[in-house]
Amino acid sequence: MDLNFTSSELAFRDEVRAFLDTKLPKRLSEMVRNGQRLSKADQEEWHAILNEKGWLANHWPKEHGGTGWTAVEKFIFENECALAHAPRVLPFGLSMLGPVLIKYGNDQQKSYWLPRILNGQDWWCQGYSEPGAGSDLAALKTTAVRDGDDYIINGQKTWTTQGQHANMIFCLVRTSKEGKKQEGISFILVDMTTPGIEVRPIKTIDGGFEVNEVFFSDVRVPAENLVGEENKGWTCAKYLLTYERTNIAGVGFSVAALEKLKAIAADQQANEGRLIDDPQFAARLAKVEIELENMKTTNLRVIAAVAGGGVPGAESSMLKVKGTEIRQEITSLTRRAVGSYALPYNPPAFEEGFNGPHIGPDYAAPTAKSYFNNRKLSIFGGSNEIQKNIISKMILGL
Amino acid sequence: MDFNLTDDRRMLADTLSRFIQDQYTIESRNEAANSAIGYSQDLWSQYAELGVIGALFDEENGGFGGKGFDLAVVFENLGRGLVCEPFLDNAILAGGTLAAAGNDAQKAIIEDIIAGSKTATFAHFEPRSRYSLQKVETTAVATDDGWTLNGAKAVVRFIDTADYVIVSARTSNGVNDKDGISLFLLDTASVNLNVNSYNTVAGGRAGEVTLNNLTVSKDALIGEVGQAHDVLEKVVGAGIVALCAEALGVMEAAKEQTVDYIQTRKQFGVPIGKFQALQHRMADILIEIEQVRSAVINAAAALEKEDRVERERALSAAKYTVGHVGQKIAEETIQIHGGIGMAWELPLGHYAKRLVMIDHELGDEDYHLGRYISLGKTLSPTSDQ
Repeated sequence: MDLNFTSSELAFRDEVRAFLDTKLPKRLSEMVRNGQRLSKADQEEWHAILNEKGWLANHWPKEHGGTGWTAVEKFIFENECALAHAPRVLPFGLSMLGPVLIKYGNDQQKSYWLPRILNGQDWWCQGYSEPGAGSDLAALKTTAVRDGDDYIINGQKTWTTQGQHANMIFCLVRTSKEGKKQEGISFILVDMTTPGIEVRPIKTIDGGFEVNEVFFSDVRVPAENLVGEENKGWTCAKYLLTYERTNIAGVGFSVAALEKLKAIAADQQANEGRLIDDPQFAARLAKVEIELENMKTTNLRVIAAVAGGGVPGAESSMLKVKGTEIRQEITSLTRRAVGSYALPYNPPAFEEGFNGPHIGPDYAAPTAKSYFNNRKLSIFGGSNEIQKNIISKMILGL
Repeated sequence: MDFNLTDDRRMLADTLSRFIQDQYTIESRNEAANSAIGYSQDLWSQYAELGVIGALFDEENGGFGGKGFDLAVVFENLGRGLVCEPFLDNAILAGGTLAAAGNDAQKAIIEDIIAGSKTATFAHFEPRSRYSLQKVETTAVATDDGWTLNGAKAVVRFIDTADYVIVSARTSNGVNDKDGISLFLLDTASVNLNVNSYNTVAGGRAGEVTLNNLTVSKDALIGEVGQAHDVLEKVVGAGIVALCAEALGVMEAAKEQTVDYIQTRKQFGVPIGKFQALQHRMADILIEIEQVRSAVINAAAALEKEDRVERERALSAAKYTVGHVGQKIAEETIQIHGGIGMAWELPLGHYAKRLVMIDHELGDEDYHLGRYISLGKTLSPTSDQ
């Protein structure tokens, strides 16, 4: 039993820290730290920096331009990035589509699409959920009908994150209505500029535009864009979801957010002293801090169990549930910490380069926005209720 | 990073787990736990022969373990079996005190504790001290040939059968001072203790001890006069690791019993484990137990750390977690069982009782949350003005 990283893992951590120290632009880390919204160009800038170092595709094997890192190294990297307030690497091309192409794509698809993900030529989004297919994903109704060398797609996808920036979308589509609903699904790559595609933004409760609806009317897609076999797309879909869950606990995000929360609570006044010394608030803070300390070890235990390679199985469901509860609690306490200055709604303060005037303390503006935005954490990637179904079935055997 | 047990510890765990499985039924356990002495002396001798008590002491003191993870391995298995024999107060607290601060003559007793031929117990907490390590109203006044003790000690475990009792008493300073606490080793056969003993809720015996002008010789003193606080903190720290690991084992057993039950109990024509209302509650229980397991690992790893704040925070974090989660799991597993969960004949209720009672030993959820916060104030420059 040894909770410490090995000397080579520590050396790797130092290398990551040194890299972040010199290569992460201050402008970007400040925006992340201040809860400001990153533009497409901001995110592309960070992707390009990581790609130059060869650290962009940390879920890919080396022969495809990935890092070939172990589970522990991936954890260290993601943790250090979060602590340094680096922008999140967008998962759609790198963590989701990439592994699917590597496992199920043909040689031509791999050699064409993978380099384009790395060099930023393609910006991918995910066409999974539909209005009638959320947690019950296999109930999806968008159809692809074969017509010569093409498929013709009709239907609607929704909750498409960053779809407004994307030029490509990978979709689950129904190619057969025979048999079980999982058996008629295919996985296909679609150019967003194809005639018949319309993207409509969905405004979320925090006032932001991250997600979209994507409509398909008679969209003609070359059949060569099919990944894997026709009607076998559910296999790809499930495989992709396991990758979606690898960093699901978000421990690094929580550590960084807790640090910021403590600084705010030390600055805020409550009664005769500081908020951080208020017994009620201190108790809430300590409870979530202890949960996070426990979570760090739980996360490492799951990673250590798959250290030989691969990705965590059903155990990642418990990381998702507890990890997102912790992140949500921290954003909730951060909103609570600023008192009545959570109330002013001042969208310009969410944008880069905002120089004031601030309403109340400069850290107050995004707290309510972040709190409401982060309600999504327990919903996306398989809602926490779905995760509990998985735990119940796969671990408890119920 | 390695979360596997060493081979020695895995062997110890296997041996102990097999022994408990072979030796215990809930009936025999309850009979011993609720008997006039509160445990089985026959089993106690067998634990000694198996070397389980020796695993709780380091080599310097005649054992072959004594580290945080040794304690964790042993006590998790004790918890799984709902073992009521006096491991904690006898070996960890009393034995641990002798190991930490005793002179050679006093340390000689450890050999008898490991052999199972003698037992000792730990009389620190008082009727008005709650869980405090430093609030000591019992006094010890120096005389020409020894000390005179006056005061009362609360819920002293297995005092009826103990050959020795370690008593804390104030030799100087105010009632709430860290300084001025001393420890004394009393041979129960040769001093006249006033004891009112009783059974306890989750099995085992305890007693209220009154010290009324009790005179003891000079060599009863353990360690330095007035310097016992750090010794108390050290042994109570080990006790916290032990209790938390025990609680983990109790939780795992209660979870397994509940999963088994809901897979067999049918209502509305199906096993009740098919109902999502129960499945999600079981999933929550599983998630919380994994967090407890992490807390126990963190505490066991911290036990030997030199940095006091880091060590004690990990210990308090674990005891808080165990208290918080323990009550939830006790309540949930009874509720999920339904009516049968209330029956004395079922093991589950006894596991639930032990889980709740663990929160009443060595500081509960609230006490340790408060302690975690206080310790943190010395840690961060931003949190202390």
